[in-house]
Amino acid sequence: MTGIVALYIFMLAAFTGYEIIAKVPVILHTPLMSGSNFVHGIVLVGAMVALGGAVTPLEKTIGFVGVLLAAGNAVGGYVVTERMLEMFKSSGARKKTGGGH
Amino acid sequence: MDGAMNTPGIFSPRLLIDISYFLTACLFILGLKRMSSPVTARSGIVWAGAGMVVATLVSFLYPGMSNYELIIAAIVVGSIVAWWSGKKVAMTDMPQMIALYNGMGGGAAAAIAAVELYRAAYANEAGEAVHHSTVVMALAVIGGIIGAISFSGSLIAWAKLQGVINKTLRFGGQKFVNGLLFLGSLAVGVIVVLHHGADPLHVSMIFGLALLFGIAMTLPIGGADMPVVISLYNALTGLAVAFEGFVLDNAAMIIAGTVVGSAGTLLTQLMAKAMNRSLANVLFSDFGSSSGGAATAVTGSMKPIEASDVGVMMAFAQKVIVVPGYGMAVAQAQHKVWEMCQLLIEKGVQVKFAIHPVAGRMPGHMNVLLAEAGVPYDLISDLEEINAEFETADVALVIGANDVVNPVARTDKSSPIYGMPILNADKAKNVIVIKRGQGAGFSGIENGLFFLDNTRMLYGDGQKAVGELVNGIKAAG
Repeated sequence: MTGIVALYIFMLAAFTGYEIIAKVPVILHTPLMSGSNFVHGIVLVGAMVALGGAVTPLEKTIGFVGVLLAAGNAVGGYVVTERMLEMFKSSGARKKTGGGH
Repeated sequence: MDGAMNTPGIFSPRLLIDISYFLTACLFILGLKRMSSPVTARSGIVWAGAGMVVATLVSFLYPGMSNYELIIAAIVVGSIVAWWSGKKVAMTDMPQMIALYNGMGGGAAAAIAAVELYRAAYANEAGEAVHHSTVVMALAVIGGIIGAISFSGSLIAWAKLQGVINKTLRFGGQKFVNGLLFLGSLAVGVIVVLHHGADPLHVSMIFGLALLFGIAMTLPIGGADMPVVISLYNALTGLAVAFEGFVLDNAAMIIAGTVVGSAGTLLTQLMAKAMNRSLANVLFSDFGSSSGGAATAVTGSMKPIEASDVGVMMAFAQKVIVVPGYGMAVAQAQHKVWEMCQLLIEKGVQVKFAIHPVAGRMPGHMNVLLAEAGVPYDLISDLEEINAEFETADVALVIGANDVVNPVARTDKSSPIYGMPILNADKAKNVIVIKRGQGAGFSGIENGLFFLDNTRMLYGDGQKAVGELVNGIKAAG
């Protein structure tokens, strides 16, 4: 990937992120923050590559910590977001499933 | 990393990786898009999760990788701990948990930078050729600094919201010291970039100073402002991930990191706006410690009422608006409140929930807490939707909320909350406030609503008081 192509990707992704969030209702702010927190858990693949290429004990140690933290970010982010969003139901959906209690 | 991999054929691992990352990027963007509407939100996180699984699995195929046992061990341990903690955490503690997971992501981005920079530093010391361009080195350093700040800052944010750290550290010249730490980290970073990695000591200094800056910057910020800070660190982690994505030539990281960086920045602004604070204000002012000055004294008296009377009042009302605050969640009263509302709905009373943007501990937190109790989201209205409706409501039931219904915010220019948009509960025909005692609120500001002629105070623990209301409504027939 050349530098200028990377810059284009960066620019387009930045506008995409802005547009996605622009019309989000306040009721979803907390789950959405949690959801975007999950998405940057993609750092896991970078940490895997860094640890996969590590040679010295120092590199291996830092790489190991990196993968450990990244996996925590991805899995923890997913679990809490899913738990929150699972609870969001409309009156109609609730009646269908036999009420909240 | 060069594009020439071992097998140039159609089914080369590199091509499979690239296609999978492309798919992952699509799933992330579509998933986030679906998460921005309550109807599709649940499927959004599942789509994004599928993308993450695809990207992780395919990354094992990277050519020339080793240390597989270490990679798998780290993934398994990290996943199990995070899964367990994520399932266990109470909904009220969600803000600090998000901060913790976010800090881990920042730490991981910093770790990637550290591996690259230490490698360059040792190679430079040994007199070997550098394998990174200046631009790549610079991006590694910037991403590393941002990631490290997000890591230590998020940990402090977690510790403060969790109650591990109670003190708010402030001293004269604090901003100067903080500025020095940040610029110091940046300056050492410039040295490392210009000298092809310099030496390991310089690399360590970049991260040491950045970590210290993250701690020093977060310590003076009060608990009420912390959600905005967590959101900011979330955006910063995204940015750090994007920068490290450039370093590793990894398109999935660049796209996902940048999307989160820009979405997170906008979300941070929306939150700050909802709290009537500018971001600069949150980061560089001392709101939490302000004594409020000489606010105008509120005149009148608080008039108590019995639960049975409130029960009758609500049972024969046409429209009841419930205004919940974080106090309701602390008292674990949300389930009782919903039980009460279901009784009222059966009697033909129109029930609505009015949520202030900052109800709970961060924007949207109260919606999560009500959803947990089983309240359907179409009964919940936010400030703009509901404010005109208070005039037509027979009863406004305020439970655990204080500053967000304080009419002083409209009138008293000397009040610290002057100008903050509030819920117009005072416009309802009758206002019932459930409150533990007679003290002032979270911010220590006297609430004018409690002294109005149409307001009655129902004293007691939130859960117990609502339980009495349920009995009162039942007794009213």
